[in-house]
Amino acid sequence: MKLTTEKSIAIRIETAAMDALMVRLFNTIDESNMAWVIAADQALRDAFGAVLIDLVPSYTTLLVHYDCQQMNHAEALQLINRALSGLAPVDTQRGQLHDIPVWYDESVGPELPLVAKRAGLSVDALIEQHCNHDYCVFALGFAPGYGFMGLVDEAIATPRLKTPRRKVAAGSVGIADRQTAIYPLLSPGGWNILGRTNVPLFEHAKRGRPLFRPGDKVRFRAISRAEFAADGGDTTPMEERP
Amino acid sequence: MSQIATQEGQQGMIVKQTGPLALIQDAGRFGVGHLGVTQGGAADWISFRWANWLLGNALNSTALEIVMGGGLSFETESEVRLALTGADLDAQLDGKPLAPNASFKLLPGQRLIFRQPRQGLRAYLAFPGGLNAPEVLGSRACTAREQIGGLYEDGKPLKVGDRLTWKGTAPAVRRITEGQGPRMPVSGCRLPIVLGSQIASFSGSALFQAFNQPWTVDNRADRMGVRLTGPALYGSLTGIISEGIPLGAVQVPPDGQPIVLMNDRQTIGGYPRLGALTPMACATLAQCLPGTEVWLTPVSASQAQEDYRQQLTVWHSR
Repeated sequence: MKLTTEKSIAIRIETAAMDALMVRLFNTIDESNMAWVIAADQALRDAFGAVLIDLVPSYTTLLVHYDCQQMNHAEALQLINRALSGLAPVDTQRGQLHDIPVWYDESVGPELPLVAKRAGLSVDALIEQHCNHDYCVFALGFAPGYGFMGLVDEAIATPRLKTPRRKVAAGSVGIADRQTAIYPLLSPGGWNILGRTNVPLFEHAKRGRPLFRPGDKVRFRAISRAEFAADGGDTTPMEERP
Repeated sequence: MSQIATQEGQQGMIVKQTGPLALIQDAGRFGVGHLGVTQGGAADWISFRWANWLLGNALNSTALEIVMGGGLSFETESEVRLALTGADLDAQLDGKPLAPNASFKLLPGQRLIFRQPRQGLRAYLAFPGGLNAPEVLGSRACTAREQIGGLYEDGKPLKVGDRLTWKGTAPAVRRITEGQGPRMPVSGCRLPIVLGSQIASFSGSALFQAFNQPWTVDNRADRMGVRLTGPALYGSLTGIISEGIPLGAVQVPPDGQPIVLMNDRQTIGGYPRLGALTPMACATLAQCLPGTEVWLTPVSASQAQEDYRQQLTVWHSR
């Protein structure tokens, strides 16, 4: 089913499961999507109220999981249609800007030399490049509080590792293609790790108040080992297990 | 040890030996997908509910999900009535076999042991009033990958020496009548699937194969996902922009072998999907041992909802 909003973005609604519908707003990843995704998120939360079980926004979509004991599939579809007709984008300037201190060092960011070399940059120039942008938070997923951010400058974009690490330390800051992210907790992962931050993303998420929300902006700032350690940062080198 | 576990005057049950996996679970964690936090919860939610029903508990009371058995054993400090449902894990009380899908009394000094799966994969053990465990984001469900939930809020499965305590006495002692109660799947069972998502991107022959021959449950199966093996399914997409994943989503990675995403799935993901198994089909699949043959049988969302509501009435209509 298609419906057209005032500003003419074509919204498609598809069945995703017995009690879930996928709202599709866009076909490509773009920072400008977020103003619409956030607006749709709010409109759907308001419209569904207590009938909503879960609402998962992502880069171009929102997954609506509703309580089918209170509403059937056709009613849910109609409600989405009503909620999103005349949708207008929110002002994304309202998103928060987060300053994230990062200790960039090969001991905790083993791909620092590799990513620099691929880009034809010195390690210092790579760090400067990574810090020199306000990244947009596109989606939360993968792990509690994990934010997919972008877009990383094409010059330093690097594909995922061929073999993912079994253990990536909590706080690891990485790049995959044109995206960047922070691992909230020790987990497996295939991103190129450049450094480590001490920002407690997991603890925030566990309390139900994630530090990053879609549409927020994130700016990384390079700090020294001494500053990182003084803040209580864990300086243990990344454990590598084959 | 958590505060709850050391409350004075409370009697408990001690883990004497562990098996492959025993987890504290409830119905799951809802309304948290946007945080990147997974749903969790009892994988065979039907058996889980029956276990609580047998003791007259609220149906989503916190219980144990026991996978395989493998020698997991307990001893209690005081007399307690427990209920056991789901898989037949060759459970024994002091060497005597326990009848499945019933409640039973456990006395101090007696040893409760779960040996090995004879039918099904996951057993549920319910406690009077439900187990005590700290609540995280509205649930006590234990998810190892996220280090959330469980006795110590670290997502860890039960370990030797853990002391389980419960909320009170069983509000009722019920029996499941013959022919009712959870049924463990047999090879050739049907898994209803609601079609949708990227189904249109699959080739005609892939769609024919998907629904017209049996799939084999692979041994690469856990609470995150269950891999099915059979003919490779191909389509026009190898990846999509990551989007929210509902329970039971059947995703097809580039190797063409479907993966059914279960309770501990990641919240968003980027492989094309055929649709999603119904919650009842997920409960069935959660009990399938590797090697079991299953059929994906399409069902409309409205029919699936009708069947689901029908299932929910069994616990209320008596």
